[in-house]
Amino acid sequence: MSTNELNLPDFNIPSELDGKVAITTLDRVYNFGRRSSIWPMMFGLACCAIEMIAAQAARYDMARFGMEVMRPSPRQSDVMIVAGTVTKKMVPAIVRLYNQMPEPKYVVAMGACASGGGPFKEGYNVVAGIDKFLPVDVYVPGCPPTPQALVAGMIKLQEKIDKQSISKVRWYQKGGDSVEVAVPFLGPDLIDPRRIPEIKAKAAELATPSAQNAPEK
Amino acid sequence: MESTHKSNMATPVLTETIDLAAKFPGRVTPDARPGYSGWMVAKEALVEVSTAIRDELGYDLLSNVTGVDYPEQSKLEVVYHVYKTTGGPALTFKTQTERVDPAEVPSLVSVWPGAELQEREAWDMFGIKFTGHPDLRRILMWEGFEGFPMRKDYKEPFHEEDNKPLKSRWPEGKHSYAEARNPYGDNIMFKPGFDPEKWTPTDPEEALYAALKKYKTEEKDGIKTDHIIVNMGPQHPSTHGVFRAVVVLDGETIVSLKPVMGYLHRNHEKIGERNTFLQNVPYTDRLDYFNSMYNAWPYALAVEKLMGLKVPERAEYIRVIMGELSRIQNHLILFGMLWNDLGAYFTPALYAFEERELILDIYEAVAGSRMMCNYQRFGGVVRDIDEANMKKIKDLVFERLPRKIEEFDRLLSENEIFVARMKGIGYLSPEDAVAYSVTGPTLRAAGIPYDIRRADPYGIYDRFEFDIPVRHNSDLLDRYLVRVDEIRQCLRILQQAVKQIPEGPFLAGKPQYQVRVPAGEVYGRVEAPKGELGFYVISTGKGNPYRYHIRTPSFINITSVEKMCVGTKIADFVTILGMVDIVLGELDR
Amino acid sequence: MYGQGLIKGLSVTFSRFFESYTEDIRWLFKRYSKVEFHSSKDTRGTFTIQYPEERLIIPEEFRYVPFLVYDEGENGEKNIRCTSCGICAKACPPQCIWIVRTSDPVTGRPLPQPAEFYIDADICMNCGFCAEYCPFDAIKMDHDFEIASYTRNLLNKERLMKPASYYAGIRPKNNAREEAARAEKAAAKAAKP
Ligand code: SF4
Ligand code: SF4
Ligand code: SF4
Repeated sequence: MSTNELNLPDFNIPSELDGKVAITTLDRVYNFGRRSSIWPMMFGLACCAIEMIAAQAARYDMARFGMEVMRPSPRQSDVMIVAGTVTKKMVPAIVRLYNQMPEPKYVVAMGACASGGGPFKEGYNVVAGIDKFLPVDVYVPGCPPTPQALVAGMIKLQEKIDKQSISKVRWYQKGGDSVEVAVPFLGPDLIDPRRIPEIKAKAAELATPSAQNAPEK
Repeated sequence: MESTHKSNMATPVLTETIDLAAKFPGRVTPDARPGYSGWMVAKEALVEVSTAIRDELGYDLLSNVTGVDYPEQSKLEVVYHVYKTTGGPALTFKTQTERVDPAEVPSLVSVWPGAELQEREAWDMFGIKFTGHPDLRRILMWEGFEGFPMRKDYKEPFHEEDNKPLKSRWPEGKHSYAEARNPYGDNIMFKPGFDPEKWTPTDPEEALYAALKKYKTEEKDGIKTDHIIVNMGPQHPSTHGVFRAVVVLDGETIVSLKPVMGYLHRNHEKIGERNTFLQNVPYTDRLDYFNSMYNAWPYALAVEKLMGLKVPERAEYIRVIMGELSRIQNHLILFGMLWNDLGAYFTPALYAFEERELILDIYEAVAGSRMMCNYQRFGGVVRDIDEANMKKIKDLVFERLPRKIEEFDRLLSENEIFVARMKGIGYLSPEDAVAYSVTGPTLRAAGIPYDIRRADPYGIYDRFEFDIPVRHNSDLLDRYLVRVDEIRQCLRILQQAVKQIPEGPFLAGKPQYQVRVPAGEVYGRVEAPKGELGFYVISTGKGNPYRYHIRTPSFINITSVEKMCVGTKIADFVTILGMVDIVLGELDR
Repeated sequence: MYGQGLIKGLSVTFSRFFESYTEDIRWLFKRYSKVEFHSSKDTRGTFTIQYPEERLIIPEEFRYVPFLVYDEGENGEKNIRCTSCGICAKACPPQCIWIVRTSDPVTGRPLPQPAEFYIDADICMNCGFCAEYCPFDAIKMDHDFEIASYTRNLLNKERLMKPASYYAGIRPKNNAREEAARAEKAAAKAAKP
């Protein structure tokens, strides 16, 4: 890895020191370190996961970006590639895994399903996009995205990391150590604890006779 | 009778016509509805009749159990397809019950233990209560979910119209996000007046742990031992997806095991019944996403049978070529992943992926996509294989793959550590394998030469010379070796096919996006790389299938995992599961 | 002998390991032309394609999210081929296309042009049915897969439109075939009356 990537463009480095010394900012060093060792969680949901594995395999080799270390444990991973259809039955586990990841953490929605429900959106057991629960950083459309498309998405994530500033990032602010997302639970249907009052009000409204007679839409 | 079937193995003939109605007067009647076939069994006599079907008529393999909802007649129907492992066509029988809650049908688990999960699925989806079932719980949805989704009157939260194409898309384009139409603004639905605060949460797992309780404690030599319950999955690196197994352990030995699934239940069948016939083809790609080339084949077979379409020669060859390439690729990945499970992390998998990539390159060039090929159409395939791609295929099947398979064999098959981990583990007796409806390489490793390509040939498989590899120890090593042999046989088929493939059309008739399918029922099945893959389709002559059921090998083979695992160590469970070769898209659908 | 199988297996790994160096030396001076080699039956050694510097050869039939083809007029105007016939919207399996048809403001009769055309890329399953059944060659499957973004992807008409020359570039053979078919049709039409 050359030092050029780290260099700030405004400084002239004498030619005899070129490649040995870099003048840069703390942000750049910080981001350089993070962007070059994004460890994804070893976590696949559906068909997209196979393309994710293929992206890890010899031909596309995400190791070239420092992303080869797939960790099955959320405690050791930096990015969650949500690769596949998110179902209602699975979403509590996904949210729990996300909560267990240490900061800084990122979420990549890989494929149509994870981005917005995909071809199965209309199904009764499907969550229409993981962004209903988790903050998604990069959306990679496609069904499935080819490994190259996934790598392109990960490069996009690196660009996003490059723009962050150490003084502003969420995890060094007071109090904002880590984002906890309330874990949804399974009742008669999927219940998001954040929305309980809303659900209650709506269900009560639907129970009144006037609402029942009114057309659905 | 038995022996004649054996000798007829190569070309099974439509054997004797069985008259069940004469055998069981009053209890069995022929199914006379137009387009339907098989027998209607009175539900009181179901167990008796099926025992006779198994024992006297020799139909030992229960292939498919599924429910059908007929709200107009106020009936719920259960359809059974049974086969002989010696080959030949299916025997179909059905039973009906009133569409009231609870709708009860006697369970057939006592006759064919392989019915266990399928009956649970029918209970989950249709609310058909199987009396006498040992463990009738919801399987794909969770315990406590409201409604039986596959009933015709069940409407999903995002329901817009009963059948596609939806009117809102054109010409006004009034479409809005589905979220905007749902009162809750999301893909959820509650009974009017539901109060989440007052609702007492019931643990969806309660019934599961209750079922395991009987294994919990034990008195041995005057010492009371307690067993521990370990949950593997749904997020576990070795379960090959979001599969979960609840294992009861005595020390490290498995005492009992329950598979828990549904974490990838994507409502294939419900969506499939809203889709038009053709629209289901790309959805089938997402079943067993390793083998999308093979998945649509049985569906196409089924619909073609209803439509009475004849597939052109060239298309038949193309299907075989693509399908067998897919089988090779599937088995290679299995080997690679198996080594991951055994601890040799990733090197063999990388080698396997290399060959897979080369095969996928061909898919991409011919069908347009690496994984989701969407290649089959009713009456053929969508695109021809052109010269350049044919050359690539020839290069692979004549030069590269034979060499690489031998390399793989050298790399793995004799490795002492590997053999020690595989030999004698996960035994499943041939009788059990058949009883549990196991199909595919696992069944053939138990010494039963049942391969639908020979037992009930479809397409043009009867023209090729190839053997059905069989092994007899029925342990993991044999399941592995059967697959190695199978790859070699695939290459044999491929070499014949690419030599023989004729010129000509590759699609019967004109490409159409709306096909007319005459009313009737049909069951199409093939020998997919993982086992028997079947599609049960009912058409009412409209644009959409009335019933669209998929019998997937992963789902049904998993029934036998408990049998294989009990008594082995927990570390072996991972390998056993790996060798069953499940894929979650197919397991949960 | 115990361990023989192990050694046999390791020899395969070792020869692979060795090959990766010899092959690299072979490619030392022409690093960027090996993509084709690594997609052929003879590929050996390091199999990796250095995306994004190197790219795999994208076959003509490859499909990603669809796009709408427009013909460039003489003055740079965009003549969209789509006639808003609605076949793609009907054929689409997840029903992720929706079209608003243009109506003549005076007579109210439908005009052969879409007023709006949406494809929800977060639902689209890249199946290619829309392109397959469009009778006017107006919608085609794209090759551009680098469309990852920081927001959801609802593609509107502006984002979907791409020139016919782009289409001819990514799918030369298909384009030539379709052009020929169209020319034939036009000739037949001209000859008729
Ligand atoms: S986006 Fe497509 S390929 Fe990915 S999980 Fe969903 S259906 Fe499968
Ligand atoms: S894209 Fe083609 S099929 Fe779709 S509305 Fe336009 S002309 Fe019709
Ligand atoms: S590619 Fe398939 S899913 Fe996507 S817009 Fe076209 S028809 Fe619909």
